[in-house]
Amino acid sequence: MISITSIINIALRALRANAMRSFLAILGIIIGVGAVVTMIAIGSGASEKISKQISSIGSNLILVLPGATTQGGIRMGHGTQQTLTMADAEAIGRECSAVMAVAPAITGTAQVVFGNQNWATAIIGTTPEMVTVREWELLWGRFINEQDVRSGTKVAVIGQTVAEKLFGEVDPLGKIIRIKKIPFEVIGVLDKKGQSLTGQDQDDIIYVPITTAQRTLFGQTLPGRVRLIYVKASSLESIPQATEQIRTLLRQRHRIGPNQEDDFTVMDLTQMLKAAEESTKTMSILLGAIASVSLLVGGIGIMNIMLVSVTERTREIGIRMAVGAKPKDIRMQFLIESVFLTTIGGVFGLLLGIGASLAVSSLMDWPVSISLFSAIIAFGFSAFVGVFFGFYPAYKASTLNPIEALRYE
Amino acid sequence: MSLIELENIVKVYKFGEFEIRVLDNITVKIEKGEFVCIMGPSGSGKSTFMNIIGCLDTPTSGKYYLDGVDVSTFSLDQLAEIRNKKIGFVFQQFNLLPRATALENVELPLIYAGISAKKRKELALHILSKVGLSDRANHYPRQLSGGQQQRVAIARALVNSPSIILADEPTGNLDSKSSLEIMEIFKKLNEEQGFTTIIVTHEPDIAAFGKRQIRFLDGKIVCDSKVCPVDEKL
Repeated sequence: MISITSIINIALRALRANAMRSFLAILGIIIGVGAVVTMIAIGSGASEKISKQISSIGSNLILVLPGATTQGGIRMGHGTQQTLTMADAEAIGRECSAVMAVAPAITGTAQVVFGNQNWATAIIGTTPEMVTVREWELLWGRFINEQDVRSGTKVAVIGQTVAEKLFGEVDPLGKIIRIKKIPFEVIGVLDKKGQSLTGQDQDDIIYVPITTAQRTLFGQTLPGRVRLIYVKASSLESIPQATEQIRTLLRQRHRIGPNQEDDFTVMDLTQMLKAAEESTKTMSILLGAIASVSLLVGGIGIMNIMLVSVTERTREIGIRMAVGAKPKDIRMQFLIESVFLTTIGGVFGLLLGIGASLAVSSLMDWPVSISLFSAIIAFGFSAFVGVFFGFYPAYKASTLNPIEALRYE
Repeated sequence: MSLIELENIVKVYKFGEFEIRVLDNITVKIEKGEFVCIMGPSGSGKSTFMNIIGCLDTPTSGKYYLDGVDVSTFSLDQLAEIRNKKIGFVFQQFNLLPRATALENVELPLIYAGISAKKRKELALHILSKVGLSDRANHYPRQLSGGQQQRVAIARALVNSPSIILADEPTGNLDSKSSLEIMEIFKKLNEEQGFTTIIVTHEPDIAAFGKRQIRFLDGKIVCDSKVCPVDEKL
């Protein structure tokens, strides 16, 4: 039995002898694999970005926004009418079975001062459930508790950006900041969340007890009204059910007749993002599939080169057969040549793909993700291309008649 | 038991409707250690005869016993193994691999015999020295003269210690001086080491080296003796 190293040596020698041709054949595979790797990186980068956003807003999140006013047939935007109340939020938490947690919020912006630093940021008055709903961890300290809400204490939980801008290196815990000149004690610092779907800095935020916000910061004409309600459904599947329950409940509570429009809006962010995620996944599969076509073309190039090579080396094949090469030895020799070509192409294609992905990511500011998985796929696929497109030429070589092969000019 | 025994060997080639009987009922025995020259005009069947003896081809009917084993029904793999172990070919065109050195060409049959690289080199160098080419081991065929190339080919034929050396017009591409040198090598190998040697030639002075001559005509053996009379018509 002929040893595998001998066969590999024979194959390598043949490829070296035709270096230019081998290189061109490999180039097809390099481009093919490079394209597949790049496209997968671009596609999965996009879906990874969306997945991150989903987890950053908090999973299974539903937003309830106040409705729009209609004045003389002109419909105004969301929130032009303050139709939602603390009681609505409580009712949703109490009566909707598909809801896990509810956090009403009052929002506003204000100038915040610490020492000689000041910073304009978003102030959100809310309840303790907010951390559950938004799935937000605290880095230090604690979040607002029931006691704070009940007594309207002047405490604040700050986001990373605020901590950075106001405190720099100083430990914010226990420090007093002034919001609209009113002193608040910093009781907690939130973990970093990053950008939101719309590119807003989610860490540029301060949470205060909702009661404090109502009474002290944003003195409202209608006490008990809230700007919006964050709701967390108990699972992804129960989001539609939760949405429906909230609508029904609020319509009842707001006494809206059968033919009247809702005076509130229920927004299902998770579903929207899931849909976006699905579509990017589809896009990434599509991109990969298109790129695979170039790999296929590269494979055909390999087959072409191998067929030429077999014809050119007919006499060599005859000589080998005359001195005792079995058909399977010949087949193996050509198959290894072809697999070698494509795996070399696979390795360089992978490098090209990684390079191209990084270039796309830095030039076009597009998130890319190169996974070990796509590397393995690219490599395995190129080896497979070698076997698949090398088999026919190798088979053809092995079935040559040695007498005719020896006579071949 | 003879080394080679052919019994009623028939080889028919079909070209559509036509049939050509290239070998017509050949029965012949060749003993171990013989030096046989095969003669005959082109198309007389001598090459097909060589191909069958060399296990490159199989007969349409008849039996071929090599070392007492009927190889006429062997599979392609089995035939390859016989060629590797028992037959050493020498061709008119030398048939060396152009991109391999003399040494690597000689090693070729040993690769397919599954012999280790170290042992291969050892054996090949030894055989190359026997044909007087030790100093040319790392030369490529194109750097060698015709006579030298044919000696490399002979070394390749010998390297796996075959039972039979088959040479098809081995001097056909050589000048008369190299031809004689090559024939001297065959003669020496036959006389000193007892290699059974079968040479196809159409040159009478080459055929004169043989201790037995077999002449083919139209697929039949027309003469099989120590010296066949030279037929001017051929």
